[in-house]
Amino acid sequence: MSFPWAKEYKPSHPFMVWMDEKLPLPRLVYNAVGGGYEVPRNINYLWNFGFLAGLCLVIQIVTGVVLAMHFGGDTRVAFDSTEHIMRDVNWGWMLRYGHANGAAAFFAVIYMHIFRGFYYGSYKAPREMIWLLGVVIFLLMMATAFMGYVLPWGQMSYWAAQVITGLFSAIPLIGDPLKEWLLGGFAPDNATLNRFFSLHFLLPFVILGVVILHVWSLHIPGSSNPTGVEVKTESDTVPFYPYFVAKDGWTIGVFMIVYGMFVFFMPNALGHPDNYIPANPMQTPAHIVPEWYFWPFYAILRSFTQNFLIFDAKLLGVMAMFAAILVWFFLPWLDKSPVRSATYRPLYRKFFWVLVIDVLILGYLGGAPAEQPYVLISQLATMYYFLHFLVIVPIVSSIERPDPLPFSITEAVLGHDRAAASDAQG
Amino acid sequence: MANEAGTDAPAVDGEGVRRRDFINIAAVSAAGVGGVAVVVPLVAQMWPSADVLAESSTEVDIGAIQPGQAIKAVFRKQPVFIRNLKPEEIEAANKVDVATLRDPQTLAERTKEGHENWLITMGVCTHLGCVPLGTGEGESKGEFGGYFCPCHGSHYDTAARIRKGPAPKNLHVPDYEINGTVVKIG
Amino acid sequence: MIRIISILTGLFFTVALLWSLALDSIQLSKDGLPHTAAHAFGEHKLKPLKLASDGAFGKFDKAQLQRGFAVYQNVCSACHSIKQVSYRSLTALGYNEVEVKAIAAAATINAKDPLTGEMKDRPGLPADKFPPVLYAGTGTPPDLSLITKARHGGAAYVYSLLTGYKDSQPAKLVEHFPDAKTPEGMFYNPYFANLNIAMTPPLTADGQVTYSDGTPATVDQMAKDVSAFLVWTAEPELEKRHQTGVWWLGFLLFVTVLAYMSYRNVWAEKKGH
Repeated sequence: MSFPWAKEYKPSHPFMVWMDEKLPLPRLVYNAVGGGYEVPRNINYLWNFGFLAGLCLVIQIVTGVVLAMHFGGDTRVAFDSTEHIMRDVNWGWMLRYGHANGAAAFFAVIYMHIFRGFYYGSYKAPREMIWLLGVVIFLLMMATAFMGYVLPWGQMSYWAAQVITGLFSAIPLIGDPLKEWLLGGFAPDNATLNRFFSLHFLLPFVILGVVILHVWSLHIPGSSNPTGVEVKTESDTVPFYPYFVAKDGWTIGVFMIVYGMFVFFMPNALGHPDNYIPANPMQTPAHIVPEWYFWPFYAILRSFTQNFLIFDAKLLGVMAMFAAILVWFFLPWLDKSPVRSATYRPLYRKFFWVLVIDVLILGYLGGAPAEQPYVLISQLATMYYFLHFLVIVPIVSSIERPDPLPFSITEAVLGHDRAAASDAQG
Repeated sequence: MANEAGTDAPAVDGEGVRRRDFINIAAVSAAGVGGVAVVVPLVAQMWPSADVLAESSTEVDIGAIQPGQAIKAVFRKQPVFIRNLKPEEIEAANKVDVATLRDPQTLAERTKEGHENWLITMGVCTHLGCVPLGTGEGESKGEFGGYFCPCHGSHYDTAARIRKGPAPKNLHVPDYEINGTVVKIG
Repeated sequence: MIRIISILTGLFFTVALLWSLALDSIQLSKDGLPHTAAHAFGEHKLKPLKLASDGAFGKFDKAQLQRGFAVYQNVCSACHSIKQVSYRSLTALGYNEVEVKAIAAAATINAKDPLTGEMKDRPGLPADKFPPVLYAGTGTPPDLSLITKARHGGAAYVYSLLTGYKDSQPAKLVEHFPDAKTPEGMFYNPYFANLNIAMTPPLTADGQVTYSDGTPATVDQMAKDVSAFLVWTAEPELEKRHQTGVWWLGFLLFVTVLAYMSYRNVWAEKKGH
């Protein structure tokens, strides 16, 4: 779809005319990220993270495919072949550090993208499908990142596989057989490593497919914007090319600088030292933690320490950890406020920032050891997390009195909007 | 482009390209250079890695090889034949009219000066890559007393030149140098 | 409907958490905060160590790496392997090919004979990796190839540990934590995670290793040098990484500034007013 004033693709070269008749791929690109896609002119830098996430996916797939040319998916050689990549393969160290830090960068970017959505109500009608597909992408990313982390077969890899598959054993009745099925054995071993390698190679392409759906569904209503007011007239939008190509372009440079600082100057800052120790099924590291991007969820998992009613603590923790993401699926229907942007929602805005702080605290606690006083604090923080999505958001959206909205995007940008005003009169 | 002249007077060079267009072109070009630079490691990673290159030369002690004997050694993960030729084998090789050969080479061209008795060749048949027989005790040396490839019946003579069968070339002679009793191949 | 279900779900998790919170608080009021010997007596601040390889422009000090290698060969290698490292890569320490060949040949490598397929002992070649070390005592001394990446604090940890042995435990430690008393055959080292380490103090006397470059081989110097060497074994790519990174950042700063100017250009007439 596009707005009536969007430019139409008009090939001039005879070859492009011919191509357009046979396979209108250039037309598709033109309408998706070219002059044919009209974008609200007022979107701010938080809207750049979607494009950056796409870039991260490309970086991960490209570096991942070449790393797979040198990696051995076998417990006897996985650790050594990783070191072979680091030491002997031409530019192998750069590819591997780029891939490992690329995963971290991908999550950093995606968290900005998700919280942008929370703040500006990007999940609301008519964009529910975009949001739902986004949550699916996030779940797939988590699975992919976890399996990738297992591949070097270091201590953290091994114990991550042990602990995460152990989560499934919490499910009543089918839990234990399910865990054995996932592992292909009674403990992580060659079968586990091999299937994780296979799936770690496959899932990014599934992600790519869902990303295409995500972008497709985005192009039906068009991008949202910081006012949350829908596009009304031509003066509200500018074409993606050249305006947002230029804007995304220079922020790619900024992203690459930050990414490069990690890859070249502190490549192990985000990783855990124990993963440079080969896997040892006989000895658990003193302090096992996942990578930083899972810390908030890990804190939620660990905050349930006591059996409650018929639920044992382990099951509660697992349920809560999955529920922490599953609630996002329901967000479009939990938040009934007709106003999208928190800019015009004074009460919701306050709770949004409390949520940000809460998730940062959960993140810190997820990386801390499982001892007091961290457990008590994470119980409080987890409580707030669920109250926010399941209680506060529905209630606030019913009782809140939003601030007045601008008449149009143009008015928000320019302070006046002659076209919209005359439209309204006519 | 909507600017009136004077508010942002465009600098015009000889070709009439405006300064702001120049910046856009420069930015895109620089990004293109960066894009090409990123491809370098992605391509270079497929070249042999350092551990493979470390095995690109092999040293073999040939002091114990008696005339008439041959050994197999490993060079770049492939067999290499090292043969100490007997005088009669050298004579037999030199008697052949080079012009009649499929791959005309004299024995002298295939050995090092002063070491004409050391015939060092790859043990890889030039037909389809099998390992010819003829190094071990009692193995068939073929009709010409050199090597015989059992896969498709190529016969090599005492200078490891192709004489009969489908192979197109003589057994390949790798780069090597002899220092005393040690030969360094590669 | 969905909102009623969601509020109930939220309350369920809240009550479950309050239950955990209440029981945990009661437990905490009985036990107090966790208190272990390592918390109370461990050295949590490592000794400062400055190496030439530190920082964005860091490069290895080859002379120091050679001295560190000598310490490894003469002291550590009795128990610890560096099996990820190849002899050929020692050229990065400044050894020439003849020297590398001699160092490799001094080692015995058990390898498959490519012609017969048998496992045989033979002198090492530059292409070989350092062999595994068979340790006769109890315990498993870790491989040191990656040790500076495999421990919090990296080289500073190695240096602190090597120079951090204490002759006796503080009396208070034994008094408060009788379980943490150093067992027979182990050694007290506050830099080690659980304070008692099985490794005999490896560097004990000045001049234990003879340095060919004339640097006085004090215990402190030897510990520093071997730490520097172990940074190299863990990150042999470090110099190239730093160089590439400087190019990367320099080039990207240039491109990003250009791209920013281009962005301002493109948007110049759209900025309203």
